[in-house]
Amino acid sequence: MSEPILEIRDLKKSFNALKATDGVSLDLQPGQIHALIGPNGAGKSTLIHQIAGSLKADSGTIRFLGQDIGSLDMAARARLGLARSFQISSLAQEFSALRNVMLAVQAKAGSSFRFFRQVTSDRRLIDPAMAMLERVGLAHRAHVPAAELSHGERRQLEIAIALALQPKAFLFDEPMAGMGPEGSKQLTTFLDGLRHEAPMLLVEHDMDAVFALADRISVLVYGRIIATGTVDEIRRDPEVRRAYLGEAA
Amino acid sequence: MTRETAINLLLAALLLALPLIAAGIGEPFYVTLATRVVVLALAAVGLNLALGLGGLLSFGHAAFFGLGGYAAGILATHAFNAEPLFAGIPGTTSMPLIWLVAIAVAGLVALPIGAISLRTTGVYFIMITLAFAQMIYYFAISWPAYGGEDGLSIYVRNSFPGLNTAQPLPYFLICFAVLIAALLLFRLIEGSRFGSAVQAARQNGVRLAAVGIPPFRIRLVAFVLSAMITGLAGALYADLNRFVGPSMLSWHMSGELMVLIILGGKGRLFGPVAGAMIFVCLEYVLGGITERWQFFLGLILLGIVLFARGGFLGLLSGKPRHV
Repeated sequence: MSEPILEIRDLKKSFNALKATDGVSLDLQPGQIHALIGPNGAGKSTLIHQIAGSLKADSGTIRFLGQDIGSLDMAARARLGLARSFQISSLAQEFSALRNVMLAVQAKAGSSFRFFRQVTSDRRLIDPAMAMLERVGLAHRAHVPAAELSHGERRQLEIAIALALQPKAFLFDEPMAGMGPEGSKQLTTFLDGLRHEAPMLLVEHDMDAVFALADRISVLVYGRIIATGTVDEIRRDPEVRRAYLGEAA
Repeated sequence: MTRETAINLLLAALLLALPLIAAGIGEPFYVTLATRVVVLALAAVGLNLALGLGGLLSFGHAAFFGLGGYAAGILATHAFNAEPLFAGIPGTTSMPLIWLVAIAVAGLVALPIGAISLRTTGVYFIMITLAFAQMIYYFAISWPAYGGEDGLSIYVRNSFPGLNTAQPLPYFLICFAVLIAALLLFRLIEGSRFGSAVQAARQNGVRLAAVGIPPFRIRLVAFVLSAMITGLAGALYADLNRFVGPSMLSWHMSGELMVLIILGGKGRLFGPVAGAMIFVCLEYVLGGITERWQFFLGLILLGIVLFARGGFLGLLSGKPRHV
């Protein structure tokens, strides 16, 4: 097997007595979608936060592209090529959808300390940003402030922002949450095509989407990974069925 | 042209025309009053960069205002007494030089203050910036070399090449030109990539970090730039009054600058200008009727905070929209 893009070893994080992440190890391989599933409160989002850098792990290592990123802050990890979406949309609310994506384009170009050229006429920001909005099907809403977008549109915008960063890996925290069945279906098809741009660590509750998309699945229960495998292996795993799928499958 | 742009141009024209008329009919007092508006507006343009664009509620901008003032006062005093400042460097009475020093001093002091304060947010940030400013205030009071509590008089207003600054009108025009330049700079910065990042930091710092732009650095640069403009205003204020004292450094002054911005419209280009015009008018008109004029200022502020968050400009031109 090739060198993993993201390599997590024995990661631990406690909140007082609660072990939210209890010795998690996980590899994200190039070209793959790796789904992370588990019941509510299993520590999926906590894990994403630690990988993205918004939470600091108590112990363990996170290597990204061969580099230990455990001591880097969120912005530095993003610059290395980790693009995340948030479980609850997190956008610059007053900015239009377009300006939200332009901000990502500007971040990718590493050019935030320019004080004079006006962004509203800067084709080098607008054109790539518009292209990303078109890819996620949000171009017609480009000039609407993020605060006025519908829930589903905000999820699309988060993905457009992640795309604009041209990342080396995606971290998507429940991108389908709150989307209708039609929206989920469309997004599933879209995410399916993304794996060749960059591998994806996908936290998702929508099992149809997970089974359709995932190359590998890890099942997280009470902060521990109880099983990792292909879709079929996970479906058949008796422990997984008992702990988690039992109710759903 | 948007409605707000039209209002801005109108305010600028008004601010320029009134002193010209006043000078024409031989009422220099009103020219000085308009200069006061201009200089306070300039100080608030500086604060507006941090507070309006960046959402940084600095309650310590009097520090930078006062430092600019003391830069002017100290340089002028040394030049007047023909004593070298230190290491043989002479003082100066040249405004452009004084301005550069004021800008540099304000920026250099803002850098560590910002670097420490910006590790906190919310109420703590307000309190830490206030504490730093008060430290400088008490330092000025207890430093007898430059007047201590009594402050420092500038016996002759500093000079500007080609203009007689002792006359109210030329001095007004100098200040007005500086204000317009600062407003243009503010507009440029607001629309630039840096400006986008600053405004995003205000709206959602986590989002900014998630795309790879460190909010701390962006805020720090905004804070320092903001202090530099306010410092320049301080130098002009010292020359306007031909005096600099610790009161320029006190928290009242910080509060006053915030009030100007809230009155005029936070984050809006001409918010500080509108705010300073209203403030100085109230101070002059109501202040002539009663010593308790600030009671009425308080009522107006209350009204704005409760019913018109966008301040005077927000009331007239509606919500701003980012394209």
